[in-house]
Amino acid sequence: MINKLQKLNPKLWDKDIEQVPIRKGFGEGLLAAGELDERVVGLCADLTESTQMHLFRNKFPHRFIEIGIAEQNLASVASGMAAMGKVPFITSYAMFSPGRNWEQIRTTICYNNRPVIIAGSHAGISVGPDGGTHQAIEDLAIMRVIPKMVVISPCDHIEARKATLASVGLKAPVYIRLAREKTPVITTEDSPFEIGKANLVYGVEGKADVGIIATGALVYRALKVAEKFNKEKITVKVLNVHTIKPLDEKAVLELAKDCGALVTVEEHQIAGGLGSAVAEYLSQHIPTPIEFVGVRDVFGQSGTPDELLEYYGMGESHIEEAVQKVMKRK
Amino acid sequence: MSDLTSEKIELLKEKANDIRISIIEMLVAAGSGHSAGPLGMADVFTALYFHVLKHEPTNPFWEGRDRVVLSNGHICPVLYAAMAHSGYFPVKELLTLRKFQSRLQGHPHREFLPYLENSSGPLGSGLSQIVGMALVDRIDNGQTSDKFFYCLTGDGELDEGQNWEAIMLAGKERLGKIITIVDRNNIQIDGYTEDVMPLESLSHKFESFGWHTEEIDGHNFQAIIEAVGRAQAVFDGPSVIIARTIPGKGVSYMERDFKWHGNIPGTDIAGEPAKAEQVTIALHELRTLGGQIRSEHQ
Ligand SMILES: Cc1ncc(C[n+]2csc(CCOP(=O)(O)OP(=O)(O)O)c2C)c(N)n1
Ligand SMILES: [Mg+2]
Repeated sequence: MINKLQKLNPKLWDKDIEQVPIRKGFGEGLLAAGELDERVVGLCADLTESTQMHLFRNKFPHRFIEIGIAEQNLASVASGMAAMGKVPFITSYAMFSPGRNWEQIRTTICYNNRPVIIAGSHAGISVGPDGGTHQAIEDLAIMRVIPKMVVISPCDHIEARKATLASVGLKAPVYIRLAREKTPVITTEDSPFEIGKANLVYGVEGKADVGIIATGALVYRALKVAEKFNKEKITVKVLNVHTIKPLDEKAVLELAKDCGALVTVEEHQIAGGLGSAVAEYLSQHIPTPIEFVGVRDVFGQSGTPDELLEYYGMGESHIEEAVQKVMKRK
Repeated sequence: MSDLTSEKIELLKEKANDIRISIIEMLVAAGSGHSAGPLGMADVFTALYFHVLKHEPTNPFWEGRDRVVLSNGHICPVLYAAMAHSGYFPVKELLTLRKFQSRLQGHPHREFLPYLENSSGPLGSGLSQIVGMALVDRIDNGQTSDKFFYCLTGDGELDEGQNWEAIMLAGKERLGKIITIVDRNNIQIDGYTEDVMPLESLSHKFESFGWHTEEIDGHNFQAIIEAVGRAQAVFDGPSVIIARTIPGKGVSYMERDFKWHGNIPGTDIAGEPAKAEQVTIALHELRTLGGQIRSEHQ
């Protein structure tokens, strides 16, 4: 059952559950961060409205810099501004930032140890009809491997707002992954959120048959699958890992101990993402059977988000199959 | 290139109009995509596919063909429409744009549509690819080659630094077979190019990197085709044709307005015609050539 302590959306199972784009939470969070802390500045590469930075720009035009379509410059200019005491947020589509400007992020932001916050919008396959060039499904991997980088993948717009606000105080480089499409609102204002602390959103203390570890908008599908199995007397827990790095090792270890079999779920390549992070950690501590739900080393294509999630193996039926399969491997 | 007669110009005008109609129809069927850029570049693409290019649409892999690299992949509706109308694939396939499993991906993907020379969407890397192609042509065929290498780019796209790396290299290597056409429509997503990131004087920028430059009205077939002719005659360096175009050309409410970069007819936008009217207005204006002919031709 839903973990009451998480104070999730009481209308979680409603057919017409409220849906809001995750990127919108970022835009609101940035505006609030700008109001609270005057060191916050915003930089964008010709996508100010799509990335929701326009809310900040409209309120603080003198703290906003239009960089033009130049993502490499975007990253390094932000590094320079951080060197002068600002907390810069940079935005574009995830494919271009951090996709195009990876080395600039690595050297001028992380190697310099400068607290730049990178918001990558339109991440995941569900950006849909724009097609494979625009579907960032490698971003978690390429951000996770850079030392010092904190990597956050919120499950809904409320979590995105909290993550954005909390990033300002970290004094570290941060990557926040955002989705374009409207997605179900899972959490509430009262839900706990702390960077680096995973939330057990489904299930209670003690043993269960399978643990699902999910991130981003797919947390919602994971919850639905868990509810379905629980009705069939198969106990499933769901851990929402919004912070991919640093990974909440304690929570992952506990889930592995309680369940003995895990499924990871992400809208990302299986290589290098959340599943990899979980497997890297567990294989050194308590090797646990894991099934990975994600993209299997292929590029995406045009289609509706639902068509693509089904085709590339991230639909509810695929999560269900993974749960069945991993149970047999116990 | 064959001679440009006045009959041919009339034919090109008709083709360009058909292509614009297709662009609107395909965007509406797709439910998303880019309007302003494709409509603005319809005349340039018509000139290329129906007059300038050495190509065989029914034999698309013919080795002797000129190469066309589309750098600003988001304007692919005009590329797809020009290809379909010139015989690469059926015109009715245009209505599959952006649909699941369609060959006409939202941004061009040459694994889906192999007649494309390149996949694109992320901006700023077409010029580098055309430089690579032209370099190989020179290595393999030397001065005897009769191929030309056309690259189409946006203007906002030129914000990307990689363009200027390629522009420098093409100048250094004196790649005379390269003809780049810039869609100088003065818009990008966040606004007018000169507000977002000023590009002027664009032709001086290219010139100082060793390029031959032409600046023309991108809606005048004679001007387009003559500029290509002059560019073809330049042997000792690459050429750029800065085509001044009107974004959204042919659909009055879209013209010159950056808001139509990435929206399609049927979108709620303040100050624009009612959303339910937009498709009808667009198709009516195109089918009557902006009121020049009375009955709509299909
Ligand atoms: C590397 C990269 N950054 C950002 C984008 C998002 N984007 C798509 S089109 C566009 C504006 C391009 O301006 P321009 O080349 O002038 O095209 P136009 O709007 O005139 O069609 C932007 C920023 C992209 N596709 N690629
Ligand atoms: Mg433009």
